[in-house]
Amino acid sequence: MNDLLRNIIRFVLFIGIQVYVLDNVPPLHRFIIPVIYFLFLLWLPFSIPRFWLLIIGFLTGLTYDYFFGSPGLHAAACVLIAYFRPFIVNILIPKDTSEFNYSEPSAKAMGWAPYMVYAFALSLLHHGYLLLLEWLDVGNFLDFLIKVVSTTAISMLLIITAEILFPRRLKYRTNTA
Amino acid sequence: MRNVFLFIRRYFTFLSFVLLQVLALSMLFRYNKTHRAVFLGKANEITGYFNSQYDNVDDYFHLKEENLRVHRMNDSLLNLLHGNFMQVDTGSHVITDTVRYDTTYMVRRYLAKEAKVVANSINSQKNYFQLNRGSRLGIKDNMAVINSDGSVVGQIVGVSENFSQVMSLLHVHSTVSAMMKKSRNNGRIEWDGQSPLYLTLRNIPKSDSVVVGDTVLTGINSYNYPPGWMIGRVSEVVEDKSTNFYVLRVRPFANFQNLQQVFVVENLQRDEQVALDRATQKKVDDFNKRKLQ
Repeated sequence: MNDLLRNIIRFVLFIGIQVYVLDNVPPLHRFIIPVIYFLFLLWLPFSIPRFWLLIIGFLTGLTYDYFFGSPGLHAAACVLIAYFRPFIVNILIPKDTSEFNYSEPSAKAMGWAPYMVYAFALSLLHHGYLLLLEWLDVGNFLDFLIKVVSTTAISMLLIITAEILFPRRLKYRTNTA
Repeated sequence: MRNVFLFIRRYFTFLSFVLLQVLALSMLFRYNKTHRAVFLGKANEITGYFNSQYDNVDDYFHLKEENLRVHRMNDSLLNLLHGNFMQVDTGSHVITDTVRYDTTYMVRRYLAKEAKVVANSINSQKNYFQLNRGSRLGIKDNMAVINSDGSVVGQIVGVSENFSQVMSLLHVHSTVSAMMKKSRNNGRIEWDGQSPLYLTLRNIPKSDSVVVGDTVLTGINSYNYPPGWMIGRVSEVVEDKSTNFYVLRVRPFANFQNLQQVFVVENLQRDEQVALDRATQKKVDDFNKRKLQ
């Protein structure tokens, strides 16, 4: 299965699960909001040019926005994490690329600790920015802080679960392309 | 000129990042600033299609509750049937010779249409849901949406050809005119964006003797909502020390989690009312301006 097809299927699955499963979970508490759709952006291959990463981020966010009913909200947050993803990846993966030949970020490719840092940083960015925009519109500051912490924690929990439940078969980066 | 191109090429990613951010934020603030959420018609049609597919399956899980609500509504209507009533004084029998009164006297003010919820959210601070009826069937902005058991759930804010978007009562910008059933005092229902189980009723004066359990109905100060429909029941009375009004926590009758069949209620005289309102406002403004001169 080639990368494009695989990622299209993933895109559909992530948006579908977010919209029809996680958004329909009866709310346990108002601070517990499960969000995982942006894991799609975290799982994209390393080799995508940065410009296309931004475009994909924008489209992912916008697609979810139209289901969610707030055009632009998630798109802005997704573009932000798509922009910062390459920087964080560069810090976390070994500089010596001859050692490192996995095609996309995963716990196995990067090691659990760096992968968790990567996922945590991007989740925090995503939720921080998203809730900041929401807070500017309505709400109070304490709520905003608690929500950033709680949604990031829930997302991390979901990401770890997804990582353990669905170990991806890792494709190796090759020169032959 | 060359330097400009070099600059653009050097910072191409950053510039495209800024551009996409501006695009996203302008969409957000242009479309979401007021409570009118504008949805591009095409996108609404597409999400509507997927949502109705999902809804076909999801329906089966709520059939029991829905059945109960419909049955209750039927029960209340059954009791209104003409045959249930009889004249107490059997001696005086009214015979209507011809038409008793001018038939044009009765004018229909509210018209209800049935619709079905295909997508729903209650987790956000701005909750919308989507109905499977659109402009093709005469749904317009500002129509009220009422649950199958007769409790108010929201108002239409966006319409495409086959689907429409409803702003739920659970929306931080939602304001509904409301009144106490007992005293007919008018106030307004809002939502603070916190628990989906409670709404807030403001502007009920402290002279009113409100107790926990009082029923709250839709008020008469609204062009959108027909008066006298149920909203909820008072669950907590908070006395706001700084003003002369209560702040009441209201438990809504509608269970927003499992909305299914709803009614869309149109105020047929809304345009006239709004036009009159505007004309009056204009007259008053003109009058004040002349007074100043």
